[in-house]
Amino acid sequence: MRSFQYQIQDEIGIHARPAGKLVKLVKELDSRVTLETEGRKADGESLFGVMGLGVKQGAQVTVTVEGGDEETSLARMEEFFRENL
Amino acid sequence: MECYRGKSVGKGIAIGKLFFYRKKERQAVRKESADTEGEIGRYRQARTKAVGELKALYEKALREVGEVGAAIFETHQMMLEDPDFVTAIENIIVSQKVNAEYAVTAAGKNFYQMFSDMEDEYFRERAADVGDVTDRLLDALEGKEEREQVPEEPVILAAEDLAPSETVQMDKGRLLAFVTELGSSNSHTAILARTMNIPAVSGIAVRPEWDGRTAVVDGYSGVLYIDPEQETLEKMQRRLEEDRRQVQLLASLKGRESVTKSGRKILLYANIGGVADVASALANDAEGIGLFRSEFLYLEKDDYPREEELFQAYKAVAEMMGGKRVIIRTLDIGADKQAGYFRIPREENPAMGLRAIRICLERPEVFKTQLRAVFRAGVYGNLAVMYPMITSVEEVRQVRKLADQVKAELSEEGIAFAHMEQGIMIETPAAALISDALAKEVDFFSIGTNDLTQYTLAIDRQNPALDKYYDPHHPAVLRLIGEVIQNGHREGCLVGICGELGADTSLTETFIRMGIDELSVSPSRILPVRQEILRTE
Repeated sequence: MRSFQYQIQDEIGIHARPAGKLVKLVKELDSRVTLETEGRKADGESLFGVMGLGVKQGAQVTVTVEGGDEETSLARMEEFFRENL
Repeated sequence: MECYRGKSVGKGIAIGKLFFYRKKERQAVRKESADTEGEIGRYRQARTKAVGELKALYEKALREVGEVGAAIFETHQMMLEDPDFVTAIENIIVSQKVNAEYAVTAAGKNFYQMFSDMEDEYFRERAADVGDVTDRLLDALEGKEEREQVPEEPVILAAEDLAPSETVQMDKGRLLAFVTELGSSNSHTAILARTMNIPAVSGIAVRPEWDGRTAVVDGYSGVLYIDPEQETLEKMQRRLEEDRRQVQLLASLKGRESVTKSGRKILLYANIGGVADVASALANDAEGIGLFRSEFLYLEKDDYPREEELFQAYKAVAEMMGGKRVIIRTLDIGADKQAGYFRIPREENPAMGLRAIRICLERPEVFKTQLRAVFRAGVYGNLAVMYPMITSVEEVRQVRKLADQVKAELSEEGIAFAHMEQGIMIETPAAALISDALAKEVDFFSIGTNDLTQYTLAIDRQNPALDKYYDPHHPAVLRLIGEVIQNGHREGCLVGICGELGADTSLTETFIRMGIDELSVSPSRILPVRQEILRTE
């Protein structure tokens, strides 16, 4: 299990479009991806889960990857957050 | 005649019969069903059908309104396939032994509630998407092919509210305009109406008894007339005719290059005041944005906008223009454009006062925030930056020094940014007269003819009593423009015009003879100017 922390830069937060892209990406990965913020967790494969966190600009998100090729998954998630959020 | 005032969310005029769109009340009946597997099967089948419909809608929207408008249907598809949503529905079927319709309604309600309870307005609005998706599933379960159909003859559609999928599904040929009670200018309906290029007004409490009556929608001022008087009807018909002529012109000139008969290419760009104007710039075939007035983000606020807000707006325009050149003019505030929080002291003569680049140099922190946003957004398209109200070489050097500082800071912080062309507005006689020296400092010029005329002729633009003296064709102004073009060209600067004079077709030929490279005009003037360019030798 590996994880990283990220502070959301995007103006609206994790809104529908990046959330959709994120879910798509997670489905491609062979690891289980979990997002956590303010003590609440969401499965990276669930659009409702991810959007339901209501993550806004400035919020700290912990992204955890578990199982499969964790190194690749972690790198791709980090890249995704940097580029999209 | 009845007259109702709402908010314009899509421009244009429409005259026709009003059709009242009634959303059917859904009441999914709870039925016990022991055939759990059968119900799950029905649900899955309905979901597959709904996903198929959304894929088709996505393709349709992509063709008709582009990627931004289409994205919503991809989101809806993901919602349908969301593991939490799927599990919730199947769990209800299994644990309560009920029919699929009830399970979908109940699960949909929970997720609807989840979004509508959220703090942030953006997320609250997503509840409407959940509702839309749930309705689609129910339609599929009930075996309905289409939702309520709009009549064959073209109508003005009035509804309390419209779901995004409803707007796209409607046959465009049958829609003259939208009138809705709900929906802001940022609602899906408004965005779609604008990209579909039909008038739309929101904020009017629509009534079922209007159904079948003659109505006029004035999408320019946001007014709906029911049973219009003859006079109103005639006036609106004339405006509609004008719009139609413009459309015909568009059809014949769209996609053509702006080239003179002798083969000289003139860059024909649009002036815009914000992200919302991009659609009309593109619809009118702008080859780029020659003047992106960046004041709007400052003027509509109560406090200085943050870097991120500015960045998102610039990025959006850069992306929407897809690689075409976009020239952002930095903050031109002061004079007739005031924002309270800037606390600019009252001036005797604000047109010659603390404004534009002067404020920016007085308050470098405000300016640097904007420059950071501009350079960062440059990564997403073909941006250039332009500085207003320049009067001296020294000013340009100061500005460029600040720009270099900003870039150095960004690269130190590891934030992506783009180097881009930097130009200046030539809108003071001083700048025009020393344009030979200024040309050595910058990459391009854009002549702001409105201010250049008022400063050259010493005529206050805001004073209507002086209208008869205000002659934009004054030889002094034209001579200055000619010199600026020559001086710019000598140092390899591209020279454009972004003031109202650029759209004056009686001068197009003169400007071309002087050697102008680019004309930037308001979106509705692009095609008339193109026509003139095509006629010029």
